[in-house]
Amino acid sequence: MSSEVKFTDFKSDKQPTWCPGCGDFGTMNGMMKALAETGNSPDDTFVVAGIGCSGKIGTYMHSYALHGVHGRALPVGTGVKLANPDLEVMVAGGDGDGYSIGAGHFVHAVRRNVDMTYVVMDNRIYGLTKGQASPTSRSDFETSTTPEGPQQPPVNPLALAFASGASFIAQSFSSDALRHQEIVQAAIEHDGFGFVNVFSPCVTFNDVDTYDYFRDSLVDLEEEGHDPTDRDAAKEKILEADKEYMGVIWQDEDATSYEATHGVDANMSEIPDGAPDGAMDLVREFY
Amino acid sequence: MAEDFNWAIGGEAGDGIDSTGKIFAQALSRAGRHVFTSKDFASRIRGGYTAYKVRTSVDDIQSVVDRLDLLVALTQRTIDENLDELHENSAIIYDGERSWEAEIPDEMYAVDVPLKSLAEEAGGAIMRNVVALGAACELADFPIENLDESLEKRFGDKGEKIVENNKEAARLGKQYVQDEYGTLSTEDFDFELETTDADYVLLNGDEAIGMGAIAAGCRFYAGYPITPATDVMEYLKGRIEHFGGQVVQAEDELSAINMALGAARAGARSMTATSGPGIDLMTETFGLVATSETPLVIADVMRSGPSTGMPTKQEQGDLNMALYGGHGEIPRFVLAPTTIDECFWKTVEAFNLAEKYQLPVYLLADLSLAVTEQTFAPEAFDMDAVEVERGKVVDDAEIEAWLDEEGRFTPHAATEDGISPRAFPGTVDGAHMSTGLEHNELGRRTEDTDVRMEQVEKRQRKVDTAIEREDWNVREYGNPDADTLVVSWGSNEGALVEALETLEANDVDVRVLSVPYIYPRPDLSEDVAAANQTIVVECNATGQFADLVEHDVLERVDRVNKYDGVRFKADELAVDIEAAMEEA
Repeated sequence: MSSEVKFTDFKSDKQPTWCPGCGDFGTMNGMMKALAETGNSPDDTFVVAGIGCSGKIGTYMHSYALHGVHGRALPVGTGVKLANPDLEVMVAGGDGDGYSIGAGHFVHAVRRNVDMTYVVMDNRIYGLTKGQASPTSRSDFETSTTPEGPQQPPVNPLALAFASGASFIAQSFSSDALRHQEIVQAAIEHDGFGFVNVFSPCVTFNDVDTYDYFRDSLVDLEEEGHDPTDRDAAKEKILEADKEYMGVIWQDEDATSYEATHGVDANMSEIPDGAPDGAMDLVREFY
Repeated sequence: MAEDFNWAIGGEAGDGIDSTGKIFAQALSRAGRHVFTSKDFASRIRGGYTAYKVRTSVDDIQSVVDRLDLLVALTQRTIDENLDELHENSAIIYDGERSWEAEIPDEMYAVDVPLKSLAEEAGGAIMRNVVALGAACELADFPIENLDESLEKRFGDKGEKIVENNKEAARLGKQYVQDEYGTLSTEDFDFELETTDADYVLLNGDEAIGMGAIAAGCRFYAGYPITPATDVMEYLKGRIEHFGGQVVQAEDELSAINMALGAARAGARSMTATSGPGIDLMTETFGLVATSETPLVIADVMRSGPSTGMPTKQEQGDLNMALYGGHGEIPRFVLAPTTIDECFWKTVEAFNLAEKYQLPVYLLADLSLAVTEQTFAPEAFDMDAVEVERGKVVDDAEIEAWLDEEGRFTPHAATEDGISPRAFPGTVDGAHMSTGLEHNELGRRTEDTDVRMEQVEKRQRKVDTAIEREDWNVREYGNPDADTLVVSWGSNEGALVEALETLEANDVDVRVLSVPYIYPRPDLSEDVAAANQTIVVECNATGQFADLVEHDVLERVDRVNKYDGVRFKADELAVDIEAAMEEA
């Protein structure tokens, strides 16, 4: 089946309501292409999305999907994957969804290392609520709720992931279609939790972190000859707060996925039509 | 004297009170005696007063009473805390060699046993509680051989030597009492705990919920530790895996319910359990579960609230939250097991209802059910009688019927009975999105007024279908023709059933209805109308179930409420009911 799947099969017939020029178009296209390229089909793929502009992705893609509550997409994805490890699970969210309301879940999903892909559309602002500061907004970024800027340092999502024991950390740019697709593909192929922070500019409310800004500032790690399996090199890149990198930054190829550690291999949707064989032993234990 | 024997061991948390109590309870159960246990415990790991109480009889018993015949007191506080329940012929085992000087009321039998010294003689001071068990066997005339299997079960992992030492410790305790006190056979204290051939199992409500979940095909459990629901997770962990399942300890309750939701979307029978504070956190996602029409079982093992309340104490205070919690209007079912065996069966039923009607089902248990243990014949958990009904799940072959004209699956099709088709991920052509936003038949967001109304009505219609199709029955006890109707829900049933005996002995005639369903619930209007007086019994201050009954029957009802953190006791409840009858 996989060879017949085209990336357009992952497109729903619903027209996105994202603003013209929104970075999320490119982010989503790359995700769909990466899914098709890695041999997945819409019937065997589950996309979980949070709330906000990024959360709409479940509607615009065609697959099994859940549009959850704000910040809780990662636990949903975890449940889906553990209940049926045959499914390809992709979780999408925004910077508010992932690093603010869902920050706790992010840390623990990273630690758990369930084999799924997490794509964060990072536009460094709250778009759908019309322009408030997000956890990745610059400290002097003036918004309706922070007229003088948040005056606190932005979250460094890569460092947060690294400190939490991530096995795969990457960063991409929605506008660089080919590299973005390659990076998401690498995350899908990674055996464990593949985390990709995607710069996905908000053309309506963020006039600082623009396409031009990223185009000018982004350094492609691949071109730099960075070895993502070199832990020290990865740490150095991640902690360089004033530089914007693109590419796979860190990949622990020896990490063990949650599924492998916990013996997760069953499709739990298949159950007997009565109590399972041996159930009476559960009672006898109480003698 | 009465065959009904009440024993307790008390001391400080960390003294091994729980395991000692359990060893004795299991020994009695294995000897074919009925057992009902209860625990007094504080929310701390070491120190503080804690006690494990065991009531036993050859007859069926379903509650605790206000009487203690034999107390093993490791601290003076154990005696003080239980003075109300001790009677003038109670015996108290204590260690006179210990640093505290026991103050035991004159009329009671003080049984001074050098627990520590005898334990040391058997191999280690740590076994002093087991010495006390041996002493108790002698005083209650219970064959000490019955302790052996329990000791093997408890200490088997630690090697044969440890087991043998413990058996010896028990025998030394027995011998000491025999030598110093005879069997304490007086006119008023002459228990003889006879054994029978009956086979019983001994388990608590949390364990019964976990066992019911596995039996019903639950394969995914995510939870966060909280008293008194943690035992459900501890039970499932290590067992559910044998059946292809997984238990995940989530980072918080928000995560737990979302993981459970994800697993359910993937087609697993899925569950989480928590207590009131955890339900608060889960409530946001609860609405999503209902709106996305995902089958999910959520057990709320209630404790005293609000806020952190009294985590180790009994209350039935979350009824309104289970019934009304969450913003908007959320279709849900609320089941409330009334006994420990019903914790098993209601869990099984909860999974079937959740999947047949594709909505969240609350299992409203309480601390008294969760932490107390009771004996049952194994047939009470007859696995052959477990039925699994998955509802309208469509496979590759059947899905065609549920595709719209453009070939898209309609997971929220507005069917006549309100129940839509369900396609597990992996089903060919079944791909679809679910959302907490109002949506159309495809699951896509809409603000179209007609579609909004159609979907609201559709979701409500499946509840109406369930009300019509299922048997929302009631459990009945007492005299069906009595003028006084007593209505109860949750764990009060056992105490009520026993209270009936006392009431009958006092020539007080009542009819008891124990209601295991909060929503939907049986129609009590005819029962209330037929009675001169209706009394609703519950462990909360405001009478949350009584309010529902009044709402249903359009008539005032009387109330017996208890909200001190302690469950109803059978004898106490008989007094309360008589008082309520006199007031009317």
